[in-house]
Amino acid sequence: MSSASNLVAMKKVVRQLRFEASVNRVKVSQAAVDLQQFCLQNALQDPLLTGVSSSTNPFRPKRVCIFL
Amino acid sequence: MGEMEQLRKEAESLKDQINAARKAVQDTTLQEAAAGVAVVGRVQMKTRKTLRGHLAKIYAMHWATDSKLCVSASQDGKLIVWDSVTTNKVNAIPLKSSWVMTCAYAPSGNLVACGGLDNMCSIYNLKGKDGNVKVMRELAAHTGYLSCCRFISDTEIITSSGDCTCILWDIETGTQKTVYAGHQGDCMSLAVSPDFNFFISGACDFTSKLWDIREGTCRQTFPGHESDVNAIGFFPNGNAVITGSDDTTCKLFDLRADQELITYQDSSVMCGVTSLAPSLSGRLILAGYDDFNVNIWDALKAERVGVLAGHDNRVSCIGVSADGMACCTGSWDSFLKIWN
Repeated sequence: MSSASNLVAMKKVVRQLRFEASVNRVKVSQAAVDLQQFCLQNALQDPLLTGVSSSTNPFRPKRVCIFL
Repeated sequence: MGEMEQLRKEAESLKDQINAARKAVQDTTLQEAAAGVAVVGRVQMKTRKTLRGHLAKIYAMHWATDSKLCVSASQDGKLIVWDSVTTNKVNAIPLKSSWVMTCAYAPSGNLVACGGLDNMCSIYNLKGKDGNVKVMRELAAHTGYLSCCRFISDTEIITSSGDCTCILWDIETGTQKTVYAGHQGDCMSLAVSPDFNFFISGACDFTSKLWDIREGTCRQTFPGHESDVNAIGFFPNGNAVITGSDDTTCKLFDLRADQELITYQDSSVMCGVTSLAPSLSGRLILAGYDDFNVNIWDALKAERVGVLAGHDNRVSCIGVSADGMACCTGSWDSFLKIWN
């Protein structure tokens, strides 16, 4: 019966919402600081951010000078 | 009748409770908190390699963990494994169904997977004894298209589908271990957390959900987008989620604060986001759009700091290699490009 299954579905929705409501939330100020810190601490190790010099770029073959 | 009404009321009240709880921890915004940080300088990347070989639109790509090999899937009916440094094709795997929408590389490098309108996830063994790449398993159970797949290991893979569910599979037995149901619209994309304990999914119900892989439960749901969520990724520290949507914006949601912290949008960007990937430190978010470009965003300041223009059609997929050295874009123009 569709009304019975609607009831079951709705009970699931309510149970899920109760579960999601119960999560512990950290203050946005704390979350923001942690995100910032992670970015800044890892900035120097981020090649796309710092740029990749041609000598260390695996996608740029080193040019060899040949004396003829 | 009475019970249904009661449940509806309870659901509405719980939603209000969640909104209130989110507001209660909103003592500042990411914008305010990062006010003292300078915007990243203009990011300019060049195409270092172009991977040519597909004969039709590319729908997906995924880097191998060695940051050298990558796999791409095209509706020309092929999966190609590329050596991105030499541009050589290591494997060209013909598919049973050409309507492929996703592909994935196992962390071990031994397997690749793909799927699409055939509703199945096919697993291929790259390291078979006789050197031939063969289908190892066909994971069938979804009743809708396969939109995304990601390996947890050589024995487990998670798939997302147009049937609104995600599934964790046991590859050896080819059976479903867990079904993650809850989305009210097609699941479009998924990403696994760095610690492999959680995964996130983005769907056409405009929300993203955080799932506990082992418990099989949805821990958190993030509303906010005004259209389908097409792309999703974890911020590298595993504590935040970045999403991209048809509503033309990308958003960052913090898992511990359980809410949206910032939106990446610009009035000049008027088309949907198809794909996204954060750089190694998370400071840059590279997002592919329907207008053939990739926009690079400063994650903390929400300012656009660069553009990758070079494709002649929609950018359908993007990935940053594990060592952070390069970004790969795949497009409907049939080419993949490596940038840094």
